[in-house]
Amino acid sequence: MAESDRGIISLMKGWYGTVYRGVKEIRGSLMIIEDVKDVRYEEVVRIMGPDGVERLGRVLEVSKDMAVVQILGDREGLEANCLVKFTGSTFEIPISDEVMGRVFNGRFEPLDGLPPVVSGDKRDINGAPINPYARVYPHDFIQTGISAIDGMLSLIRGQKLPIFSYSGLPHNVLAAQVARQATVLGKEEEFAVVFAGIGLRSVEARYFMEEFKRSGALERSVLILNLADDPAVERILTPRIALTVAEYLAFEMEMHVLTILTDMTNYCEALREISTAREEVPGRGGYPGYMYSDLATIYERAGIIKGRKGSLTMMPILTMPGGDLRHPIPDLTGYITEGQIILSPELHAKGIYPPINVLPSLSRLMKSGIGTGRTREDHRYVADQLYDAYSRGIKARDLAKIVGEVGLSERMRRYLKFADEFERRFLSQGVYENRSIEETLDLAWDVLSIIPEEELVRIPREYIETYHPKYRGVEVELP
Amino acid sequence: MERRGVIERIKGPVVIASGVKNVQIGEIVEVGEEGLIGEVIRVSMDNFTVQVYESTSGLKPGEPVLATGKRLVAELGPGLITAIYDGLQRPLEEIYRLKGPFIERGIKVNALPRDRKWEFKPLVKKGDVVEEGDVIGVVEESRLVEHRILVPPGIRGEIIRVEEGSFKVDETVAVIKKGEEEHNVKLMHEWPVRVPRPFKARLSLETPLVTGQRVLDTFFPVAKGGAACIVGGFGTGKTVTLHKVAMWSDTDIVVYIGCGERGNEMCELLTEFPKLIDPRKKVPLLERTVLIANTSNMPVSAREASIYMGITIAEYYRDQGYHVTLIADSTSRWAEALREISGRLEEMPVESGFPAYLPDRLAEFYERAGRVKTIGRPEREGSVTILGAVSPPGGDYNEPVTIHTLRFVGALWALDTELAYRRHFPAINWLRSFSQYADEVEKWWAKQFPEFPRYRRRALRLLTIASEIEAIASVVGEGALPDDQRLILLTAELLKEGFLRQVAMTGEDTFCIPEKQYLLVKMIMDFYDRAYVLIRNKVPIDEIAGLPEVFKMMRVKEDERGLIAVKELYKQVIEALNQIAGKYGIDLEEVIQVGGK
Ligand SMILES: Nc1ncnc2c1ncn2[C@@H]1O[C@H](COP(=O)(O)OP(=O)(O)OP(=O)(O)O)[C@@H](O)[C@H]1O
Ligand SMILES: [Mg+2]
Repeated sequence: MAESDRGIISLMKGWYGTVYRGVKEIRGSLMIIEDVKDVRYEEVVRIMGPDGVERLGRVLEVSKDMAVVQILGDREGLEANCLVKFTGSTFEIPISDEVMGRVFNGRFEPLDGLPPVVSGDKRDINGAPINPYARVYPHDFIQTGISAIDGMLSLIRGQKLPIFSYSGLPHNVLAAQVARQATVLGKEEEFAVVFAGIGLRSVEARYFMEEFKRSGALERSVLILNLADDPAVERILTPRIALTVAEYLAFEMEMHVLTILTDMTNYCEALREISTAREEVPGRGGYPGYMYSDLATIYERAGIIKGRKGSLTMMPILTMPGGDLRHPIPDLTGYITEGQIILSPELHAKGIYPPINVLPSLSRLMKSGIGTGRTREDHRYVADQLYDAYSRGIKARDLAKIVGEVGLSERMRRYLKFADEFERRFLSQGVYENRSIEETLDLAWDVLSIIPEEELVRIPREYIETYHPKYRGVEVELP
Repeated sequence: MERRGVIERIKGPVVIASGVKNVQIGEIVEVGEEGLIGEVIRVSMDNFTVQVYESTSGLKPGEPVLATGKRLVAELGPGLITAIYDGLQRPLEEIYRLKGPFIERGIKVNALPRDRKWEFKPLVKKGDVVEEGDVIGVVEESRLVEHRILVPPGIRGEIIRVEEGSFKVDETVAVIKKGEEEHNVKLMHEWPVRVPRPFKARLSLETPLVTGQRVLDTFFPVAKGGAACIVGGFGTGKTVTLHKVAMWSDTDIVVYIGCGERGNEMCELLTEFPKLIDPRKKVPLLERTVLIANTSNMPVSAREASIYMGITIAEYYRDQGYHVTLIADSTSRWAEALREISGRLEEMPVESGFPAYLPDRLAEFYERAGRVKTIGRPEREGSVTILGAVSPPGGDYNEPVTIHTLRFVGALWALDTELAYRRHFPAINWLRSFSQYADEVEKWWAKQFPEFPRYRRRALRLLTIASEIEAIASVVGEGALPDDQRLILLTAELLKEGFLRQVAMTGEDTFCIPEKQYLLVKMIMDFYDRAYVLIRNKVPIDEIAGLPEVFKMMRVKEDERGLIAVKELYKQVIEALNQIAGKYGIDLEEVIQVGGK
């Protein structure tokens, strides 16, 4: 035995049983191993290169005497002459309530200098599908303190509501604000936050850590960080580890969990890389045809379950490649999630925070969480009227660019003014400004009062008479 | 003799095995130690390929494969109504009770409960000669559904025994004898899901499926027994529209397949349906519904099967003489399941990775819609109407599933992102949608409202013209348009806001009866005709547009007083216009009589 091998073998703690030496081929992130026995589909593989570094892998395909293994982790330094050990189990992490307040990397190894989580309780990170019969339909309104979201895109406990953004826009700031301010009306419970950084730049990671520390949220958070310079294929694991932790906290520790996954685009890139290496027939944009189903196994882990007190609310963040909403990543995400919050570079350029373009944005569960006894009786109608008025205002703005403002009819001019005021007063707010839902709705009425009362056809008369500034006898500040 | 083989290779949901003689395509096999359910999809000289319906994670070569000799079947009998199944007809409620909230694999539970007893009332007697499809008795399955027990297809002969009383689904209720052969008829039988059930003859499609959704019923109707697809990008309103149809349409049975979509949407149906009361029979709508839920995170190959499971159940109720509405949300996810399996089989893809047989599969599916004369006596007709959602990537219709689906359906409900952004729901684009059933079902409408066809066509035409004028207005501004064109825009707005838009989830406007639909279009179009005359006689448009009645027309659909409110407003509108006419010395009634267009 060569000297170097002895060194390596001493590193191989816990490598009991059959170890294979030498593989037939390493191609990209794939490894083909022949003359193997008793290999299971999707089981975890431990790989030791001559450099003495251990990597993990996963079986992608297996036949009687041959296995195709996906290498997770750094491929550099691997040679055909490496050692391989099949572990017999699929990807599992040990779990216990010790995870609270901890920081891990994308392989669930501690990054905070504390010892690893020890527990006899191990969970397959792929989870299992929630039986649709076991679900409870989400209906608890989460007040985020952000008018655009609370008023027009209400977030509901147990919902999966992504942010579609562009690189350079403040999606992280927005997500951190949501994490900081989210409360359920009338309930004192705070959210536990499970944060998955997927290919995150270290400045971004630091931003979140600091934000969580500052607001005291760190003790009730778990961070799983795969950084930009960590191996890309590990990104396949990161959100799944985070969700395994989140499910444990929500459905066993009975906590209300908010899970933030950022940036899912990096996840999808990793998925594409693997698919390409396997020479699969590529789908749209080179992404694999099964990306929809694959993403669903992540996003569908959000929800509420009968007989369990906790909930898993999910806010994935993704940057749209090329700023294109039709790109497969936002497109497939939108087909799975329960709505989307879309940020706009134009609003951002105008200095508006949060730069949410409400028109293409949507919260599908909003209807079940608002109204009488939940937020306020007029909420749904006010939101509807805001959408209608703002879309007319945008249309007027476009037209004004062609014919000039003087070319607009009296009515169109009013909608244009509405759009301006809506953006200036309703949409815009401070990063640390936390508005109650009443404040948000009252603000909405203030801007709606620019429009003649009889044109508010989406709001029942009785609510107009209750909440319209004219009837409330309040002075509205208008320029 | 046991037919046992071994796994050779595992590749996602596809497993290659060998060692069983005479396996057949379509045969169900049990794979691995846990006995995962799979179906043989390819056979060759020395091995065969299995599509496994459950996660294959952890499986290894060398594990056993057991051929069952059975095909993928649906269990048909009382107990289907109100059930929720996965794509293989496993009852999710029972699985939840046995295993908890997460779905494990390898679970085997009967689709129809074996311990429940049903009250069987025979309709035949000893000595009667019966043939396939004959109704031999009935069971009250729910307060809305009388379950008719049929002589299974392929069986005929003399009744030599018939029972009455309380029975489990697998107990014999009648014995039929032909020659030496005796056949025990039970409350349930099995049927292979990939084979359409037989019927006597196809009948023409004449009656609309009344959905209570104005834009569908009035403008783009689907006939009972027809097929329609609803196409649109994410968040444009496919699911909500289909949910509403499932809730309110005048159909006897609803089979709703959640195919590769969200778990919460199925949960919503389960939560809502028991609360929604059938307007005619005052019983929860769940009592006419069968749900199939193979959500996006459940195994992909079972998603492929779910469509066939659903349509087979639908045909079974059709055969009993019912009008059945089958809803599949989303057929695109089904097509993707086909694509994924095809990819694992290394078949040659044609368009966007889809296999060459995609159009055939779609055609076969939509072919199973229809209004038919069923087999058996008493003579009866039944129908299956198919409504399929299509989710095109990027909302672009130029993709295989949309293109081919449009070849096989009679109506398109085209959803429009722009409308959805404005929260104009249902966001069905009135220029792009079509219905080939419109001409036929117009006759049904005309029987009750002779003038309906004329109003319908005029309203559609007005909307078309309005969109052309809008295109101009978006360049020059509305103010620059002549008054008659502005009147068209105003009327179009009334149609959009006061007729087409229908968003209510509760209350008066969730469902709109045909008479109210008719009166609303009539009101708006009669308004247009009169206002047109006024404008021709130099009345400024602003005087008409500013009338309070105009804004009332946008809201009257929601007035809790229903028809009365519409009739009342109709009078007020005419009155208001007459007043303006009077002021300008125009005799409206006379002009309308003479010049009525
Ligand atoms: N008829 C309607 N009335 C009121 N709101 C509607 C209606 N149709 C759609 N919506 C709104 O649009 C949202 C999205 O609709 P829906 O879930 O039906 O979209 P979808 O086309 O099925 O999307 P996906 O393809 O992603 O499943 C709903 O949550 C609801 O807010
Ligand atoms: Mg949908």
